[in-house]
Amino acid sequence: MFQVLGSRLQDVFGSLRREVRLTPETVERTLREIRLALLEADVNFKVVKAFVDRVRDRATERKVLDSLTPSQQVVAIVRDELLKLFGDSPAGLSTAAERPQVVLLVGLQGSGKTTTTAKLGRWLVGQGRHPLLVSTDVRRPAAIEQLAVLGRDAELRVHEGGTGDPVRRAASAVSEARKLGFDVVLVDTAGRLHVDDELMQEIVAIREAVEPSDLLFVADAMTGQDAVRSAGEFNHRLGVTGVVLTKLDGDARGGAALSVVSVVGVPVVFAATGERMNDLEPFRPERLVSRLLGLGDVLSLVERAEQAIDRDDAVSMATRIRRNEITLDDLKQQMRAVGRMGPLNQVLGMIPGLGSRMPAADVDAGALTRMVAIIDSMTAHERRNPTVMNGSRRRRVARGSGTTVQEVNRLLRQFAQMRKVLKSVGGTSRRKGKRRRMALPAMR
Amino acid sequence: MSIVGRLREGLRRTAERWTGRLERLTRSSAAGGSPGAETLEALEELLIEADVGVSTAARIVARIGDDGAGDLRARVRTEILGVLAGAAAPAAEVPAPRVVLVVGVNGTGKTTTVGKLAHRCRLEGETPLICAADTFRAAAVEQIAVWAERASVDIVRAGDGADPASVVFDSISAARARGRDVVFVDTAGRLHTRADLMGELAKIRRVAGRAASGAPHEVLLVIDATVGQNGIAQARRFMETAGVTGIVLTKLDGTAKGGVAVAIAGELGVPIRYVGVGEGIDDLLPFSAEDYVAALFEKAW
Repeated sequence: MFQVLGSRLQDVFGSLRREVRLTPETVERTLREIRLALLEADVNFKVVKAFVDRVRDRATERKVLDSLTPSQQVVAIVRDELLKLFGDSPAGLSTAAERPQVVLLVGLQGSGKTTTTAKLGRWLVGQGRHPLLVSTDVRRPAAIEQLAVLGRDAELRVHEGGTGDPVRRAASAVSEARKLGFDVVLVDTAGRLHVDDELMQEIVAIREAVEPSDLLFVADAMTGQDAVRSAGEFNHRLGVTGVVLTKLDGDARGGAALSVVSVVGVPVVFAATGERMNDLEPFRPERLVSRLLGLGDVLSLVERAEQAIDRDDAVSMATRIRRNEITLDDLKQQMRAVGRMGPLNQVLGMIPGLGSRMPAADVDAGALTRMVAIIDSMTAHERRNPTVMNGSRRRRVARGSGTTVQEVNRLLRQFAQMRKVLKSVGGTSRRKGKRRRMALPAMR
Repeated sequence: MSIVGRLREGLRRTAERWTGRLERLTRSSAAGGSPGAETLEALEELLIEADVGVSTAARIVARIGDDGAGDLRARVRTEILGVLAGAAAPAAEVPAPRVVLVVGVNGTGKTTTVGKLAHRCRLEGETPLICAADTFRAAAVEQIAVWAERASVDIVRAGDGADPASVVFDSISAARARGRDVVFVDTAGRLHTRADLMGELAKIRRVAGRAASGAPHEVLLVIDATVGQNGIAQARRFMETAGVTGIVLTKLDGTAKGGVAVAIAGELGVPIRYVGVGEGIDDLLPFSAEDYVAALFEKAW
């Protein structure tokens, strides 16, 4: 997400780093580029103007111009000001004491409300909560059915009110939740235009009937300049408590998020980053800003790795590495773990300095699948002793896995290299004592 | 209501604030004289706010700046018309069944557009068939089935999770067997950055071509008027893999101006074919650059 804006800014800062001294002219040139980058990212033009002015004021102060590392100073200022735009409101849901807590999701047509409702349900289950879902979208054909199917797939309870009245549907879901002990009710609503008086009135009625603690505006990350108007109008009429930013897995620059936060004054509280049910996370501005500035998203990466890798697996793997007993089965397990961290291009986007340089579509996630297929096509004996892989076996494996002999060769070569490297690592740990003695003189 | 009348009704909100500001801008610039730097800058901002994009806006403004004298409003209008005219709509005659693929990112209004298109075709005396090829999104097939019923048009469907390309093949065969003129294919929404899903679209294209020669004859990319500059990236990618031949600009009944369509027409030469201006089955109109620009700039409603 946001890579394109990130790469533009990274180019700007790259050229800035080559400057020894900062002159008002270089600052001005940089500001022009920043303005362009933000406008192309769909940040509202008024926000851009104000932002650029603030950065200019701070960047042309004497102490910045005279400092030894002017370019870093400017980067720091831009980072600082971007963070300021996002404010420091906490992400996630409010910590209302009311049970059941009611969350109302509203937004324009096609922004992703129904999908977000189901994802939010999954997220709440992960938090140890018991959500009940209800659709009040009696307008769009099959919208109620869509939530029912999503709920079934995600193992979430969806309220089945027979009535065709949105307000009564919402109210009866809340009373069912109270009766059955669900502690959160997620109310999905029909998509509507902010200029549609009649439908906006309908949400007001739902709000009065169920008294939500959270009223979330679901916004498409690809929205352009209109974001300020639509979010502003929803907020004005309904009192939005937070924004959920969807479709962040595309290459949308997401400047709308910046606009909504700074003009409408409503914080972004969740970000949806993919089509899978668990691709929803509390929004973290500091991560986003770090990514924009090319600092990478190491925090998210670590978190995903922790989720994907089984601790016991990791311990037994470490033992085998030490004993130099690693096999192709271990390699496969590692690849599976990388696969579990999410689509490869998403994972790579989080690595500092790599994200902006790698167009998302160029990453071949299929290579991973093919390598796993090759290993799967080997016998248990071959996996433990890859040295037995002669020409005939290689041809058989290539045929079996739908790959080529070249690909099988490459995998075996890579594995042999990996073993060699690991052997040297494992070897040093056995000669620990010796190494410590060698290291001592240097410490004195 | 006449076609132009409905387009105007839909664009009314779109235009209200925008034209108001353009009015003030025009008045503030010396009547007929060369526009000053300040006026040009304000005009550029106005275009950017309409999501036309920085580069297209800069191009239009530069041309107007060079142009010298004349009524500012008329010149802006001429420039935008010039950009849109560069991408004219071709409508070649093809043997039945004509296959129309409807593609786009998630949530732009593909299913609704297919329903409206089928309805429109039937009113024009053709015999359309709807192909429900969105087998991915939950209840998408049920949604298009409701539209098919509203439009009194047959539908060919498969179960959730079926291979979309096979549904497309079956639909085209069915259309031929039943003697239908047009097949409208509703595809699943997909982000243009998902290589695997774009590959699936390429496969649908190939399979359609096998079922009927030259198919798909039209590929319509549905663009949401609220989308910003990402619309250009979407159009570019969908052109590469799906061979987009035209744009359908939806949700023009809100306050968004869909200016990115001007940028798409200008940068990629893809014509805008239809505009969606409401939730009713009749709320899809053939695009006319003249009407669009006129409606954007019209003072009296």
